[in-house]
Amino acid sequence: MTQDTTGKLVLPGYRRDDVDAHPPLLSPGYKSTVTRAPGQPLVYLPQRLTEITGPLLGEGRLGEFDHDLTRQHDGEPQGQRIIVHGRVLDGDGRPVPHTLVEVWQANAAGRYRHTLDNWPAPLDPNFTGVGRALTDERGRYEFVTVQPGAYPWRNHDNAWRPAHIHFSLFGRAFTQRLVTQMYFPGDPLFFQDPVLNSIRDEQARQRLIARYDHATTRPEWALAYEFDIVLRGRDETPFEDEDDDE
Amino acid sequence: MSERLGVTPAQTVGPYLHIGLRWPDGPYVVPQGTPGAVWIRGQIVDGTGAPVVDALVESWQADPDGRFDHPDDPRGARPSTVPGFRGFGRAETDAQGRYALLTVKPGALPAGAGETEAPHLTLSVFARGLLHRLVTRVYFPDEAGNAEDPVLRGLDPARRDTLLASPAPDGYRFDIRLQGEHETVFFAV
Repeated sequence: MTQDTTGKLVLPGYRRDDVDAHPPLLSPGYKSTVTRAPGQPLVYLPQRLTEITGPLLGEGRLGEFDHDLTRQHDGEPQGQRIIVHGRVLDGDGRPVPHTLVEVWQANAAGRYRHTLDNWPAPLDPNFTGVGRALTDERGRYEFVTVQPGAYPWRNHDNAWRPAHIHFSLFGRAFTQRLVTQMYFPGDPLFFQDPVLNSIRDEQARQRLIARYDHATTRPEWALAYEFDIVLRGRDETPFEDEDDDE
Repeated sequence: MSERLGVTPAQTVGPYLHIGLRWPDGPYVVPQGTPGAVWIRGQIVDGTGAPVVDALVESWQADPDGRFDHPDDPRGARPSTVPGFRGFGRAETDAQGRYALLTVKPGALPAGAGETEAPHLTLSVFARGLLHRLVTRVYFPDEAGNAEDPVLRGLDPARRDTLLASPAPDGYRFDIRLQGEHETVFFAV
């Protein structure tokens, strides 16, 4: 927060995202959107105090092995060990430091540890599939996990989800809240996946596909992928209030 | 001006969101036993009227003094006078599509240009079939300031009531209808 030349308070505002940056809520290829997407257009909400602030969640939310999904049980999980790392940035390229990153994923066989997942792939007693980390002062995060498997779902004939990891991010303001999915390069299942392809803009869609990162692999131990996440950038707006002259 | 980067697109939380986003203390915006605490309970239904059993609600709000413990509040960050107040809640829906948050009523907020926002919570709704979160607000039925609230005033009067909670024995009820008749007002933030 700063003051402009007239002494008015200047609030951080957050730029609105491009229309095509996110998938349309109604994307009929993904069947569940048909009964769940709102029928009315979204109502424009100016960003005020509630929107430009947000929860700042820190170390208190983290357990010792939350960042390493391969060390949360007595034994090691099955599957190809991978390091997933990257930076959380805003739209101006500024790092978003000390922000909570949450991930969840299927195991190597493509099964989630969830009571509703009854696809008959094996559960792994040594894999929960849940991780948390904070970005550092440069916006960097890192997880160790295993390569998730693809799995069938009943959205359309012979539908398979490409392997993916769910990501949840807070940024520093309510307007920056984002939940997304990270995909793996070269996956042959992209062409038939209506969740990824609900993003109309090809360049925006490509931003969800991680980069294989050989430099970060650990010899005889793990492959590595880099996945940067960009939250919306800031603009500043004057904020006039009766109390400003106090 | 530095080069602008395209934002990362949103994706659905999918049906198994609970494994990743479950916090045992999530529903408690304030600790249990906090004086004046109220439950905000509601059901989420889809366009067919069916309960949405795989959804999650997150809330964010000012404290009862209308303050945020956040550096971008132009009045300065200030820890709440309510011990244990977190401002943030996270509640998943149950097998009937119901969620519950324990909180305290927020205070009114300056909205700029001499306007005042009536007490409100802002909510994000995540679910299978939602490719991006939905944002709505909860207002309280017994607040005189609602009539002057710039957000409520800007809405189609026929839809304004969808943002008003109703009194309940232990707090308030706020149902969320994703689609169809009495569809909740959702915002582009």
